[in-house]
Amino acid sequence: MTQIQAPAGQQPGRRRPTYTTPASPGSDPHGPHTGRAARALARVSGWWRGGGPVTVLFLLPMLLVFGLFSWWPIARTVVMAFQQTNLVEPAHWVGFANFHRVLSDPLLPTALRNTVVFAGLAFVIGYPIPLLLAIAMSDLRRARGLYAVLAYLPVVVPPAVAVLLWQFFYDASGDGVFNTVLGWFGIGPVPWLVSAHWVLPSLVMEATWAAAGGTVIIYLAALTSVPKELYDAAEVDGAGIWRKLFHITLPHLRAIMLVTLILQIIGTAQVFLEPYLFTDGGPDNASLTVLLLIYNYAFGSTTGGGDYGDATALSLLLALALALLSWIYFRLTRSWSDS
Amino acid sequence: MKTTRLRAVALSITAVALGSATLAGCGSSNNSDGASASKGSVTISVEGWRPGDQQATIDYVKQQAAAFHKLHPDITIVPKEWQWNAATFPAQLAGGTLPVSFRVPFTDTKGLVARHQVADVDQDIRALPYFDTLNKNVLAAAEGTDGKVYGLPSDVYANGLHYNRTLFKQAGLDPDKPPTTWDEVRADAKAIHDKTGQAGFGEMTKSNTGGWILTTLTYAMGGRVESEDGKTATLDNPGTEQALQMLHDMRWEDGSISPNNSYDWAGVNQAFAAGKIGMFVSGSDVYNALVTTDKINPDDYGLTAIPLTDSSDAGALGGGSVNVVSAKASPTEAKAAVEWADFFRVKKYTDQDAAVADAKAQTASKQPVGTPTFPIFDQASYTNYQTWIKDYVNVPLGQMQGYTDSMFALKLVAEPAVQTQGVYGALDPVVQKVLSDKGADIPSLLQQANQKAQQIIDQG
Repeated sequence: MTQIQAPAGQQPGRRRPTYTTPASPGSDPHGPHTGRAARALARVSGWWRGGGPVTVLFLLPMLLVFGLFSWWPIARTVVMAFQQTNLVEPAHWVGFANFHRVLSDPLLPTALRNTVVFAGLAFVIGYPIPLLLAIAMSDLRRARGLYAVLAYLPVVVPPAVAVLLWQFFYDASGDGVFNTVLGWFGIGPVPWLVSAHWVLPSLVMEATWAAAGGTVIIYLAALTSVPKELYDAAEVDGAGIWRKLFHITLPHLRAIMLVTLILQIIGTAQVFLEPYLFTDGGPDNASLTVLLLIYNYAFGSTTGGGDYGDATALSLLLALALALLSWIYFRLTRSWSDS
Repeated sequence: MKTTRLRAVALSITAVALGSATLAGCGSSNNSDGASASKGSVTISVEGWRPGDQQATIDYVKQQAAAFHKLHPDITIVPKEWQWNAATFPAQLAGGTLPVSFRVPFTDTKGLVARHQVADVDQDIRALPYFDTLNKNVLAAAEGTDGKVYGLPSDVYANGLHYNRTLFKQAGLDPDKPPTTWDEVRADAKAIHDKTGQAGFGEMTKSNTGGWILTTLTYAMGGRVESEDGKTATLDNPGTEQALQMLHDMRWEDGSISPNNSYDWAGVNQAFAAGKIGMFVSGSDVYNALVTTDKINPDDYGLTAIPLTDSSDAGALGGGSVNVVSAKASPTEAKAAVEWADFFRVKKYTDQDAAVADAKAQTASKQPVGTPTFPIFDQASYTNYQTWIKDYVNVPLGQMQGYTDSMFALKLVAEPAVQTQGVYGALDPVVQKVLSDKGADIPSLLQQANQKAQQIIDQG
């Protein structure tokens, strides 16, 4: 293996001295200026002969795709946040008017509150579940793969289909699936999606079901890296399940847990699909989230439709807020994750 | 050797990628999706059928496109699946994925014209032989503030009360005597709920339809949601309050509105066709969609005029569609689009041969023929049209008598003229709150909604 790799790795290094040597200061017979030019020329020619153009050519399609579909829209968003446009007539600059209008929209506090509540509920309900599932699964001796597949299945179900399915479960009358089950225990009927109090917990439960599988797989992969000897040693020392969990498993998962947590916070702060498909923000804006508000500015017609400037302004504010949050998060948890 | 070949391959791949990207860039024209023109002949995409329509409907539209092509060999029509939707329309407009010819509600034309989002087809429309006989009130919906005409009105309707005759029978009610007052509506809805377990009444709540139907109920109770000049929002009027109180009581006292009541236009149609709703309010021509999209059993269907209170202002909300042309269409395409709208939607009301040909084709494709709409010319031409197609009528007109008997006596009230969708959107959450919160404070909800609507009107 090493024999095959070594020559390939050494090849560029072996070539380089043949053209860099003349450019070294000591051996330059024509003074400092020509020396610098020669060095630059040598660098370019070295880059050229070292396979530089091919690297760029290979990179180009990806640069084009990223540029066209990722960076260009981001740049346009920033520009459009300071413009008024309906994308048909020419845009005109409006300074900070869009930001001012968005920040004074009475719906913004509602959307912010709902988004924070959603993220909070997702943290309480949605964050521990995949972790517990993964830990339980990693302890299984048989059919671990089967359980992993079962846990991952909801991720495979197309989101729109999952929402249709859960709408059926969340039937608010006594005949609904969940309400029938709760009815056996004398509970309910619960007005799931049609009550302002129940709508966000209902959305979080579906979102947890839909997304947990992906995180379970990440945790399962991380758990395989925990050395088995540690558990054996702990057992010899008389540690029970909980002590093993708190003193071996969780400390080993700490770095991964910190990453999944910030990913979850960013994901839930941008929640759109569930409120859009289940309730369209209702009832009475009880499930209106920041991203749904952005969508409504641009494409919904509750505001007359087509306020692309307002939509991009709020998008920009959300992106900045999330960037700031992530920065603070990583600063605060730096010592934690360096384990 | 290997390296050289590798470089050659990389170069070729990049060249192909760059080449195709450049070609793709060159290929995008100024035309709307699917439109092209060359040497006098033109091809345009048009609104064809709704998503979910049956094959027969798709076939019928394609046949009509072929028949049109025979009459106009230089115009090729490409029908697309499309339906107006308040939520997706601005996105499609911005993205350029609209067909060249499409319909928008009466209420949206003026806004589109003001924002230059539809083409100026004034000359083409005025050149139509029947232009001078178009009903002036109907035509007003297609006019911009500059007095120019920006589209051809069609599919005019008054909102009516649709009811399920089978559920009426099961509840011990007479399906030939539908309710004529709101008290009767409430009593019948309760009877249906109590005897059949289904919802007695269905109310749209989403995508601005909550506001649309609440405005209909408001008009029926003599209220208005905007001042006549459209400058002042009047959502907190006694009519709207009365309508909301009725919905509240039907939901929380009678239980005749289901706790699951969360519908948009298509959703309530689906639930009604499936026999889950006893009554609902929608456009008089919704039977067409109930047949072609939701496969309703015709025996179940009944239509009657919307009950009006004693108030002298009480009336039925009326609306319709305007066939407009994408702002990105060339003059040739725009002219072709107007000719298609004339052929497909309007000509049949003025020309016996066209009426019969269309009715024949629709009957052959098992499409509903004879669903009551509102005249876009006058009562006489409407009656003429009904006589021409009499032999082909396949909708249960006898079950729609409650509506057809009184349609010409009905006081028709136009939708709010300024920021209609914005006003409807402000009312959506109010309807949702009243149906989801037993203790909802209706007057204060309406006050808040009114402030919001006023803000939307003021912003223009």
